[in-house]
Amino acid sequence: MMRRALAIGLVCAIGALLVFTVSNYLLPFGTFPQRKFENFENQSVAQVYLENAPIAGAGGAGSANVVTSIVWDYRGYDTLGEATILFTAVCGVAMLFRAAKERD
Amino acid sequence: MAGMTLIVKTASRLLFPFVLVFGIYIVLHGHLTPGGGFPGGVIIVAAIVMLLLGYGAEVAKVKFSPLQASVSENIGSLILVATGLLGLFVGLNFMKNALPLGTTGNLFSAGFLIPLNIGVGIKVAAGLAVILYAMLTAFEEEEK
Amino acid sequence: MNFDYIVAMLMISFGLYCLLIKRNLIKMVIGLEILTFGIHLFLISMGYREGGIAPIVTSVNPASVVATLGVDPLPQALVLTSIVIDVCVTAMLLSLAIHAYRHYKTLDMSELRRLKG
Repeated sequence: MMRRALAIGLVCAIGALLVFTVSNYLLPFGTFPQRKFENFENQSVAQVYLENAPIAGAGGAGSANVVTSIVWDYRGYDTLGEATILFTAVCGVAMLFRAAKERD
Repeated sequence: MAGMTLIVKTASRLLFPFVLVFGIYIVLHGHLTPGGGFPGGVIIVAAIVMLLLGYGAEVAKVKFSPLQASVSENIGSLILVATGLLGLFVGLNFMKNALPLGTTGNLFSAGFLIPLNIGVGIKVAAGLAVILYAMLTAFEEEEK
Repeated sequence: MNFDYIVAMLMISFGLYCLLIKRNLIKMVIGLEILTFGIHLFLISMGYREGGIAPIVTSVNPASVVATLGVDPLPQALVLTSIVIDVCVTAMLLSLAIHAYRHYKTLDMSELRRLKG
């Protein structure tokens, strides 16, 4: 009973702190490249991606879908690592259930 | 694992080709519409899971055996790495676009996105099928 | 009044509550999933633009409209990777839960903690 009340109090405190942090006072909504930080204003890496990805020539990716061109053209190495994680998870699950089958 | 009633069997058998074609469409049009390799692979494996749940594991093992799924996963992974090595052999870096870019908006545009999406779609579908077969058929000898 | 951020933080709080209180192993996995979904929702809604459209060049929206009105495509690409990693972690957790049930005949966390060896 004591443990349950303590857990509810902790979750309420953490939830209140999180909701206060993302309220309109500290983190305004819908201001994609307009965050001012020292000298950077209206510039971001994502704006460069949005302008350069549909260009079918040198310096562009030539695809109509900007998200897919980011996943494969500009950050292809990360997606190769993710395919390795998928392969590792399949190996792990197969290894766990092979031990159960050999024991029977 | 036993199958289900006649209604579930008939419905899954009738819906299987449509879900499969929809999954292949999402994989192939990854550079034109939202989607790509990963969601398309999950939809393809959802079609196989429909048959697995409706007919039981014994019947589904004859059609899509776990050995075929394991070999298909490795073939998909090899397509992924071979397309990346193609950029290295031409003269640019690893995983750089070496196939021709067309005009933006056609089906055959954006160079190496089509083989990569196909490779990842096959890899995700076969990998999830291996996981499901391992989980569903591991403890069958105890139940008999 | 930004509802996206507040709903994401509420999902994180509910997932944390479910992870702390429940004793069934499967329910704890569900709580972890809800927590991860809340984090993904928060990451994607950080890149919204006022009156924004999807970052895809079609015949209705040419490339100039996408460059001035499109939303941020970079968190969407990173969350795509994170979703696949979440699926792999859930597969490993569920297979461990199946093994624990077959060996100890119970899924209760307080019972499993007392068994040693």
